[in-house]
Amino acid sequence: MKRSNAPIFWLLFGAGGMVSALIGPVLVFITGIAAPAGMLLPRELLSYANVLSFSQHWAGKCFLFVIIFLFLWHSAHRIFHTLHDIGLHAGLGAKLVCYGAATTGTLVAGCALLRLGW
Amino acid sequence: MSARRPYVRPMTGWWRKNPFFIEYMVHEGTAFFVAAYALILLASVVVLGQGEAAWNRWLEFLMSPLCIIAHVVILLAFLYHSWTWFNIMPRTLPPILINGTRVKAATITYGGLAAAVIASLIVFAIVARLAP
Amino acid sequence: MNTSERMITMEVLRYRPEQDETPFFQQFLVPFTDDMSVLQGLQYIKDELEGSLSFRWSCRMAICGSCGMMINGVPKLACHTFLRDTYPNTLRVEALAHFPIERDLVIVMDDFMAKLESIRPYIIADTPRALSEGEYLQTPAQLDLYEQFSSCINCLLCYAACPQYGLNSKFIGPGAMALVHRYNLDSRDSGSAQRMPLVHAEEGVFNCTAVGYCSQVCPKKVDPANAVNINKTESAKDYFLRFVTPKGAGK
Repeated sequence: MKRSNAPIFWLLFGAGGMVSALIGPVLVFITGIAAPAGMLLPRELLSYANVLSFSQHWAGKCFLFVIIFLFLWHSAHRIFHTLHDIGLHAGLGAKLVCYGAATTGTLVAGCALLRLGW
Repeated sequence: MSARRPYVRPMTGWWRKNPFFIEYMVHEGTAFFVAAYALILLASVVVLGQGEAAWNRWLEFLMSPLCIIAHVVILLAFLYHSWTWFNIMPRTLPPILINGTRVKAATITYGGLAAAVIASLIVFAIVARLAP
Repeated sequence: MNTSERMITMEVLRYRPEQDETPFFQQFLVPFTDDMSVLQGLQYIKDELEGSLSFRWSCRMAICGSCGMMINGVPKLACHTFLRDTYPNTLRVEALAHFPIERDLVIVMDDFMAKLESIRPYIIADTPRALSEGEYLQTPAQLDLYEQFSSCINCLLCYAACPQYGLNSKFIGPGAMALVHRYNLDSRDSGSAQRMPLVHAEEGVFNCTAVGYCSQVCPKKVDPANAVNINKTESAKDYFLRFVTPKGAGK
């Protein structure tokens, strides 16, 4: 019997699922609702200078990378299984599209964050 | 020749046939919203690298009512994900023993939700301090 | 309790391979009392209305696991479900989902039997004890570890509840995994090294997407979803640590 390579994807799915379950809602609320609407948080939170300095700090940079990385892999894995669930057994094709998109997104996020400097 | 002719029923539309499966598909569907949010963050860090003018245009988009409404929808999906994630957790964890007795499923679920609330408050407090 | 006789409509999925191209529903009007199970309703049909109707049953008390079927679309034991709970609506009975239909309500269960055999559902001792050495001893705490998973009666309701098994019957499935877990957790057993390859395999636990319906329908509260998901963690640990853990370490 061939051993499954699923543990790699499953662990990323699980880690992303756990992080998004714990702090996903508050992140969406902060960056998408509270700060842009100036509700509970000032709009200046998202000013160029403020966001840039956050992204140049090692902790902020790592945080942003981990969130984008894990959220992408969590959703890619779940969407891959959903495609299977609705009868699209594209197999390798679906795998390439889902995990390929997550890989590309991770690389783009990594490069963009590195280029912002420290 | 065998007279056996086993009949295999198709699986088409199985998720519509049982409320339990409909709920399952809905909570699996939250992945699309998690992906959407990850892409918004990804776009943000890319735009940030393109300079202040590009960032301000992006910020204008983020502050548009349409974008805020979209984030409200994403938030609802995330909240549903949190609830379903901790709801299934008792089935995914090995038994947790405290003083020799097994922790109840409901305790695990509400414990997870309580952890989410605490973690969220901490994140919010840190972010509030980062505000200029 | 209402002891008077009432009439319920039972709609039964029929399939006679020698004459039917596809399965079809046949309706029967069945007299029943409050204490009658769906199984007794089917027995009434077979005895009084349609002698050719085929279904499996044996113990009539949710122990043997023979009479699993879809009752109003839900996997249930026919002996463990009352007609009165559906009345006055029509009660619909179909063969267990996700298995091929042999005839009427009888499914082909060869696939499960092969899986059951493959997991070695028996105690494998490192050094078998001679009869003269007496029985294997076990503490209540050791029994407690696996007892829940040993309640499985192989009724296959969990397979009928598992869409992943329905979509891909190569998946080892909830019931067999609950039994893998049951024997691996047994202090008298040393066979987990022989069983774990089935857990790690492409046909193994990672086909599960934690739907959880298997545990919901289990008539014996085995919680097979828990067995499957604990073994995902076990399998993942082994996947990454197999190169650093010395052979034979741990059980």
